[in-house]
Amino acid sequence: MPTTRPKNEKIIALFFLGLLGFNYPLLALFSRNSLIFGIPFLYLYLFVLWTLFIGFIALLLEKNSPPPPPLAGKKSTRPSGK
Amino acid sequence: MLQQWHILLASISYLGLLFGIARFADKRADAGRSVISNPYIYTLSIAVYCTAWTFYGSVGRAASTGAGFLPIYLGPTLMAALWWLVLRKIIRISKINRITSIADFIASRYGKNTRIGGLVTLIAVVGIMPYISLQLKAVSTSFQVLVHFSTAQIPTPGSPAVWLDTAFYVSLIMAIFSILFGTRHIDATERHEGMVAAIAFESLVKLLTFSAVGIYVTFFMFSGPADLFSWIPQYPKLGPLLQLDTLPGGYANWLSLTFLSMMAILFLPRQFQVLVVENVDERHLKKAMWLFPLYLLLINIFVVPIAFAGLMLFPEGDIDPDTFVLTLPLIEGQNLLALFAFLGGLSAATGMVIVATVALSTMVCNDLVMPILLRIEKLRQRDLSGVLLAIRRGSIIAILFLSYFYVRLIGESYALVSIGLVSFTAVAQFAPPILFGAFWKGASRRGAMSGLLAGFLVWTYTLLLPAFASSGWLAESFLTHGPWGIDWLRPSQLFGLIFFDPVTQAVFWSMFANIGLLVGVSLHSRQDSIERVQATLFVDIFKKDAISGDAYLQRGTAMVSDLQSLVARFIGLTRTLKAFNGYARTRGIELLDDVHADANLIEFSERLLSGAIGAASARIMVSSVVHGEAEAMSMDGVMRILDETSQVIEYSQRLEIKSRELEAATKELQDANERLKELDRLKDEFVSTVSHELRTPLTSIRAFSEILLTTPSISNDEQKRFLGIIVKETERLTRLINRILDLAKIEANQIEWNPEKVDLRAVVDEALQSTSQLFLERNVHLDTTLPHWPVPMVVDRDRIMQVVINLLSNAVHFCPRNNGQVTVRIYENRDAVSVEVADNGPGIPQEEMERIFEKFHQLKNIEDGKPKGTGLGLAISKRIIEFHRGRIWVAGRPGGGAIFTFSLPRPTNDLQSGPDIPPRTAAP
Repeated sequence: MPTTRPKNEKIIALFFLGLLGFNYPLLALFSRNSLIFGIPFLYLYLFVLWTLFIGFIALLLEKNSPPPPPLAGKKSTRPSGK
Repeated sequence: MLQQWHILLASISYLGLLFGIARFADKRADAGRSVISNPYIYTLSIAVYCTAWTFYGSVGRAASTGAGFLPIYLGPTLMAALWWLVLRKIIRISKINRITSIADFIASRYGKNTRIGGLVTLIAVVGIMPYISLQLKAVSTSFQVLVHFSTAQIPTPGSPAVWLDTAFYVSLIMAIFSILFGTRHIDATERHEGMVAAIAFESLVKLLTFSAVGIYVTFFMFSGPADLFSWIPQYPKLGPLLQLDTLPGGYANWLSLTFLSMMAILFLPRQFQVLVVENVDERHLKKAMWLFPLYLLLINIFVVPIAFAGLMLFPEGDIDPDTFVLTLPLIEGQNLLALFAFLGGLSAATGMVIVATVALSTMVCNDLVMPILLRIEKLRQRDLSGVLLAIRRGSIIAILFLSYFYVRLIGESYALVSIGLVSFTAVAQFAPPILFGAFWKGASRRGAMSGLLAGFLVWTYTLLLPAFASSGWLAESFLTHGPWGIDWLRPSQLFGLIFFDPVTQAVFWSMFANIGLLVGVSLHSRQDSIERVQATLFVDIFKKDAISGDAYLQRGTAMVSDLQSLVARFIGLTRTLKAFNGYARTRGIELLDDVHADANLIEFSERLLSGAIGAASARIMVSSVVHGEAEAMSMDGVMRILDETSQVIEYSQRLEIKSRELEAATKELQDANERLKELDRLKDEFVSTVSHELRTPLTSIRAFSEILLTTPSISNDEQKRFLGIIVKETERLTRLINRILDLAKIEANQIEWNPEKVDLRAVVDEALQSTSQLFLERNVHLDTTLPHWPVPMVVDRDRIMQVVINLLSNAVHFCPRNNGQVTVRIYENRDAVSVEVADNGPGIPQEEMERIFEKFHQLKNIEDGKPKGTGLGLAISKRIIEFHRGRIWVAGRPGGGAIFTFSLPRPTNDLQSGPDIPPRTAAP
């Protein structure tokens, strides 16, 4: 599946970014008792980051995705033993 | 005011609606027009992840820990990003191997082993029980709240009699409902389209109802989120919830919950069921990868507002925060909204219970009960499809009542989320054997088995036993002081690990034991052949074109009729015949009853069976009709493995050869380069030599001519002498130029050869005469040993003479003056005639002997250290001799001096034919 490989790498990178963003110590920066636009800072951060994360994944997957290969008929070039 | 019968009627009608949807979807599926075959229904069915835990428990958790409810949804969001890599592989493996449950997956991966499948089933049932009990508790509590809230009679904690207990009736209804949905017929091999459609609908309902409550609370009870949050300063208890400081266990807990939920989204039996078993098309994953996180986001948006509103409206803490979703509308008198919310919670709970019990009952039936039943010889001969159905139904009832038992046991001592986390930690134990198994061929059965067992034991000790202890079934001191008062064995702080909260340390220790043993034991144990084959089949699922992994393993032989009747006993005759006919049609063969089935058909039957009774049981059953050596490598399998191996070896050998060739070519090139450089240097030297040589005679010619021209008073004798010198120098010049031209001609192959029949003796004689003057001048003694008879040869007379003269003059030049000694000899043998010229000069150093024949090469350091001659004589000679197919060489002479010899082949009988194409092998 050579066509999906570069995309895979981007998604894995995104995964690790998300893992960082949703955890200590970045999280600790936003753990404070204050409101931004009337919304608690921590929740605003979490939900905005969450939305961005989903948005980027959707963007990666939906943007010029090649026509999916048929499931059957994926024959290897190697002659099979049968 | 809600009456009990209102609620009951609404609930029953709602469940009836669900059942209608399921029937409709089933009918459509039978007609071949599936309603669930699209990524949106797929996403909604995955949302069965959001149970009563989400619906009621999230608010409760948010009310006590602030953002602490979120990791349970952030984990799946992160994991969903990796689905295309991880989940797609698991789906592909499961489709090809007709895997129907997690236990089946693990059993199949580790050699179709019944024991490991049984262990997984046991862990799943024990581990999921608390989770199902959570749903029962949530539904019965919500029912109580709805009925009694307005009458201010919140049910008192404690266990009422069973027949008065709402949870008992909830369990009963759920059991009936699950049986209706999941085990209507035995084609458990196939997907449950109706069930999927129903839970997708339920997912929609729970999202809508929860959002409705959220919108009501946020925008109608308050005027928007900003208004709601602006009240926080009035309630000092709320301030800490804005930060993460209230999180029990801190950031480590946050991380461990994220990890747990990442594993749970894949390996909870019901998630595996909807994600893998019920998956119609793996391409649906692509949409689900972002739609499902979006669903999670939407259903969580209003958790915080509802929790905060609840805490503000019920500041006394007499209302359980787990019920805020209901009590907030109720206190405002919005009974209909509360009923609506109750139905949402019911959706969340029933969805989970149905899928979980169906998944678990499949496991119990296929991987726990069947392997035991199949050991009973008598049972093997009977039609078992009815038995299968009964086992599944029975296990659904058993699981639900075990869960009910757990609710009564645990009672009110735990919040919803804490109960759920116990289950999450249990299913996380499946992650190592599945993930390692899908990506690492080396993971072995013993490793997986010991890892699972150890992880399960740690889980039991650190999470399950404390639950029993806190409900009074075990002594309280077990928790506070450890068993037998051993402090470092305290379940919540095992081995004195005091930094973590109970869940985090349970996750840490169980994963430590599980992964450690899996990897450690795998590295030190050998896999048997079927294990190796399965490992390869699983890990390389995207590499193999064929789906016949088991064709590697010959299973002996079986009659086609035996196989058919075996399969028919489990899935019915009609479907069996349909499947076998389909098989025959796709392969273009005809299946006759009384012939031996080939390995592929045996494997096909096994896969067909494994859909109904699991891989391990299927293997046992098929083995019962297959005669001959089981589990021996088939010839075909061995050949295929050999074939692959030899291909790899061949590739590497070819690569080696290529690289060796490359090395050789490089070396040749280097040599050629060296030679070219040397030639270039020689040419430069030659050019300077030649110009020097040309200049010397020219200079003297010019000098003497000028003297003659400008000095008229010169004497006659002087004039003559000068003119003589001029003539001599001119001759020398001519000679030199002739030589260069000669060589150039020979090199360019432009020379004209005139082969004729000559007497070699005469040629040598003539050469001696023309050089006699030289001998006299230098006073060199000449010895000749010539034969007394003619030596007939066919050669170019002039050229050969040129060679002899060249050799002679060289010899004279290199001889010491006055006592020089040159010997010329002609000797013959059968094939060749040799001419030898020996001198008593300084000789030629060994290392020069080869190169002396190269053009431009001159011997230095002789007498005056100046090169003599043109450096072309021997090069020309060599070419002339080689043209005649002869050989010329030099050897040292004992006592000093050199012997130059050339030999020419004797002419063949037809003396007329001269040498034809010259072999130019010696050309540099």
